[in-house]
Amino acid sequence: MPVKATLKAVVVAAGLLAGAGLGTLPARAASGGEALPHVNFSFDGLFGHFDRASAQRGFQVYKEVCANCHSMHLLSYRNLRELGLSEAQVRGIAASVQVKDGPNDEGEMFERPGRPSDRFHSPFPNEQAARAANNGALPPDLSLITKAREGGAQYVHALLTGYEDPPPGVTLMPGMNYNKYFAGHQIAMAQPLSSDGQVEYTDGTQPTVEQMVRDVSQFLTWAAEPELEQRKAMGVKMVIFLVILGGFAYAIKRKVWSDVH
Amino acid sequence: MASGLHESDVANPVLRWIDARLPVITMMQKEYGTFPTPRNFNYFWNFGALAMVNLLIMIATGVFLAMNYTPHTSMAFDSVERIMRDVNFGWLLRYVHANGASMFFIVVYIHIWRGLYYGSYKAPRELLWMLGVVIFLLMMATAFMGYVLPWGQMSFWGATVITNLFSALPLIGPDIVTWLWGGFSVDNPTLNRFYSLHYLLPFVIFGVVFLHVAALHITGSNNPLGIDPKGPQDTVPFHPYYTAKDSVGLIAYFVVFAILVFFFPNMLGHPDNYIPANPLVTPAHIVPEWYFLPFYAILRAVPDKLGGVALMFGSIAILFVLPWLDTSPVRSMRFRPVAKIFLFLWLIAFFVLLYCGGKPPEEPFVTIARVAAAYYFLYFLVILPLLGRLERPLPLPESIARPVLRGGGPLPVGAMSKPMEKA
Repeated sequence: MPVKATLKAVVVAAGLLAGAGLGTLPARAASGGEALPHVNFSFDGLFGHFDRASAQRGFQVYKEVCANCHSMHLLSYRNLRELGLSEAQVRGIAASVQVKDGPNDEGEMFERPGRPSDRFHSPFPNEQAARAANNGALPPDLSLITKAREGGAQYVHALLTGYEDPPPGVTLMPGMNYNKYFAGHQIAMAQPLSSDGQVEYTDGTQPTVEQMVRDVSQFLTWAAEPELEQRKAMGVKMVIFLVILGGFAYAIKRKVWSDVH
Repeated sequence: MASGLHESDVANPVLRWIDARLPVITMMQKEYGTFPTPRNFNYFWNFGALAMVNLLIMIATGVFLAMNYTPHTSMAFDSVERIMRDVNFGWLLRYVHANGASMFFIVVYIHIWRGLYYGSYKAPRELLWMLGVVIFLLMMATAFMGYVLPWGQMSFWGATVITNLFSALPLIGPDIVTWLWGGFSVDNPTLNRFYSLHYLLPFVIFGVVFLHVAALHITGSNNPLGIDPKGPQDTVPFHPYYTAKDSVGLIAYFVVFAILVFFFPNMLGHPDNYIPANPLVTPAHIVPEWYFLPFYAILRAVPDKLGGVALMFGSIAILFVLPWLDTSPVRSMRFRPVAKIFLFLWLIAFFVLLYCGGKPPEEPFVTIARVAAAYYFLYFLVILPLLGRLERPLPLPESIARPVLRGGGPLPVGAMSKPMEKA
């Protein structure tokens, strides 16, 4: 009897979880259109971790290509230490931008080189400036992009490789581009990574479009979920601990109940 | 006995001194130690204790989140992200709190289902059940306001849609909405009051939970057979029997919770809530959190706004009168072969509504949701009242002890008289 009841409880719980998943996921996917091509990333799965070399290359892609339009205002330069960059490298990267600071003792605002504690430099001072420079479209902040889109890194990968000529009969609005994975298929962003070698890698990796897209997807996932490695590692330990503890608890329960059953 | 002092039998002199003046130790011993509990609980009876633990987890994590959260429209979103990135184990606190809400609803839904299936709402436990419905309503209000706090797109638009429901009320509706918002749209005053109430309501819940448990300890627990214990042979002391059994359920619950938090922390959330709130951009589909979807589906199933709001609130309000709608004196569905089928159909209707609530409001989901919503009410308003008269229940067992101990007969109660010596 208890086993049957346990099974029932598990089925109900699983049903609620599955129901929740079914209830929400397809609704969101419906707006995206085509199914995303699957890519294997190092951070997938229970033991997922970041490929630091790839994420560093991805940062380079972001810095040289994406950062011309997209801010990442939730990240600080000091965060790059987690990707394996040295203190000196981080200082160098931070110092390469001019940051507005102040007021000083004379009440003047002034510019100074960036410091590791500064947030990533934004390409535009405000939303209006960003729209004015981009044909009215607003390039979204990329700090959380893989969490803010259904499909996450898979979606980022698909979107960046999903540019093609519009099918016959489709007329694009002025300044728009056709992308088969974008909701509504008309996207203001021109294909950002369009030719092999667009970014020059220094570690010998071939900068093919696919490679650059994977690297920048890796980097953006790290940016959105910097705690991912710690979280999954802790989760594995936690589940193992709980299963063992559960075994003891069940043994004790059996012993306590042995004179009643 | 000294004047007015409680005669305590606690061995430790310090504790006895306290217990004589404030007999909390005696009370805990009575209510959680020797408390006679039916011996035939299955694991469904874990979920009340799990809900209690879940409430405590929510309050504990919430208090620490509140230390780092800023309830202002211009800073709320970024302050949550600072918790995720810069606060020590802030990501763990927030993911436990966010997924804890989902776990709370899973646990409470199973707890309610337990009550429906085994007739725990029937006399003499009507008030116990009604207090439970009050807790459920308070939980929904708290969860809704908590979801607004990160000030993402779904926070903002969910708040807009749900508060606007009150505008359906005739005459006073629009004024009520302005009053709720603290202005003429969902804005900073709304966020401030939701934050205040989100911190307040859990303690109100805690108070009602106390009443819920107090009422439970007057009537005693129901059990899978739905018959009253007839003597000590039908019960066991709560400790160690049910403390041991609840521990097993608690750890199983922690495993599910941990898998959610550590491996799928955003599975039950919506990606749009990682986009900062923007009053000028409406998301393609505004969807509430999964645990509201069945009621959201009922709301949308009615073509009339006021009618939809009335049915949505009615779908929960009806639970208050359930003890009187169900006219059968038999509690457990185990002995109600016909009602059991209709109850399982009701469960399916609930899941169908949950599914349809997450779908865009178009065919065939609208029609399916209408059929399911109609059955939801039909079960309570027509089927249960009628079945009490028409159904012939199976014969009830003589006592709890008989079907549990194969062969019945006299019981070896010696083991149960001194339960503390065993563990």
